[in-house]
Amino acid sequence: MDRKEIEVDIKVPNQTRYLSLIGRIGEDIAKELDRYDGDRDMLAYHINLVLTEAMVNAIKHANANDPDKMVHVYINITDQDLLIRVFDDGQGFNINSIPPPDFDQLEDRGRGIFIIKQLMDTVKYEKINGGNMLEMTKCLRCCP
Amino acid sequence: MLIIFVKEERLDAHNSNDLKGKMQELFEQGKKNILVDLTDIRFIDSSGLGALVSGFKNAISHQGSLKLSSLQPQVKSMFELTRLHRVFEIFGSTAEALENF
Repeated sequence: MDRKEIEVDIKVPNQTRYLSLIGRIGEDIAKELDRYDGDRDMLAYHINLVLTEAMVNAIKHANANDPDKMVHVYINITDQDLLIRVFDDGQGFNINSIPPPDFDQLEDRGRGIFIIKQLMDTVKYEKINGGNMLEMTKCLRCCP
Repeated sequence: MLIIFVKEERLDAHNSNDLKGKMQELFEQGKKNILVDLTDIRFIDSSGLGALVSGFKNAISHQGSLKLSSLQPQVKSMFELTRLHRVFEIFGSTAEALENF
């Protein structure tokens, strides 16, 4: 069977009610990936989760809960990897300056970026076109 | 002891504040020991975990306790990833929790 690239480009209002919709799209796509050798259900959960975490970051922090703004999510899947980009137009931050959670200190917050970094193979956050882009990739075929 | 059955498929940034507020309200009303049953929860994000951590800390400050039961495997794996399985007392079922409370 000829394997085709999958591309999803979607914009939703800057509201948490859309988390489940976007998460489910990512999850459903991951479940269909017959090219993936690992645990597909686990991958699907992880994609749902990183999409949710990245969107929450955009909605609450970058876009400051402004319901009139939009969150732009782009997903691209090739034979080799799965790429997710989440765009926002906030101030931005240095993703490398965010420390991992202190496991001895019980904080309510501060686990989102850690989860993304743990579950994805590459993560970067950079300025682009006056806004910011969180880009995450997961290798589907490039595992040693 | 009081059991909260979270009747949602997802516990995320959209609804976790409701649970956080509910637990806070119960502790302030003088309830001491709360068990949160997560049977229906298929998906939890960092905000959902944060709400439960908040409840746990609230319990301690009210000399009470907050325990969890019936975690689905992928939900449990999120507790392991964030090391929170070392913090919470987690039971396989509400029945098991009731025997051990």
